[in-house]
Amino acid sequence: METVLNIIGYTLTSVGVVFLFFGALGILRMPDVYNRMQAGTKATTLGAFGTILGVGFINPEWFFKTAIIAAFILISNPISSHALARGSHKIGIKLWQKKDIDHYARAEATLQEQEGDGE
Amino acid sequence: MILTILEIILVVVLIGAALLAVWYRDLVAAVIASSVVSLMLSIIFYILQAPDVALTEAAIGVGLTTIIFMIAIRKTKRFEE
Amino acid sequence: MIYVFFGIIIVAIVLAMIRLILGPTTPDRVVALDTLTTISTALLVLLGLFFERFIYIDVALIYAVLGFVGVLTVARYFEGGL
Repeated sequence: METVLNIIGYTLTSVGVVFLFFGALGILRMPDVYNRMQAGTKATTLGAFGTILGVGFINPEWFFKTAIIAAFILISNPISSHALARGSHKIGIKLWQKKDIDHYARAEATLQEQEGDGE
Repeated sequence: MILTILEIILVVVLIGAALLAVWYRDLVAAVIASSVVSLMLSIIFYILQAPDVALTEAAIGVGLTTIIFMIAIRKTKRFEE
Repeated sequence: MIYVFFGIIIVAIVLAMIRLILGPTTPDRVVALDTLTTISTALLVLLGLFFERFIYIDVALIYAVLGFVGVLTVARYFEGGL
């Protein structure tokens, strides 16, 4: 039983650490802010989740507290990423290329038009 | 052995971030760099077997100091002259 | 096995720090800080496994709860709130 838990735990931790490394590599290699944000948040969320839950599997009496930490990371990381993407779009950070795919600006313009019609 | 290498890398990153915090003209970026200093210092305290100091450093340095500095920058201006 | 994990995480911290130095705009640096916080939380849990102390996990819990507050404050500043 203990051997099985150790194998599961070390596998999860290895996958998580590799994803943490890929997240840090993506944050260095990606061309603009939004791509970097996507690499640095999605990959590191999965990586930290795997690493922390893997440690919980290696030491089964720690599992409750590590599950709480993993749940907090799973909640709080997308919140900060979303707020940062909104803020950096608002202060006018340009997209990398293909400027006609900016759906957020188009949606905002449509919303303002509707508000103008309502008045 | 691995802990020594980890400590050396963390101290190098800490000193680099502290120099960046002095060097940046954009004060928001300087606040970010000082937050990285506090992050690395907390991990070093943790490796030196002082988890209570690391707890306080994490709570105050990463959370509270950033909020106070950002409110102060909001009231004044963002770029240093 | 755990030494290999520490080595990979050291390389990840150095890569994120290079982006914090290079980053042409300020949101790049904020993204680097966010990534560094998440990597540090995983590193603290791994160090707790290395030292075999249960109480050391609490520091990682504080990081997971409070680590995103700074990034959220900077994002609110960019949005014009605060």
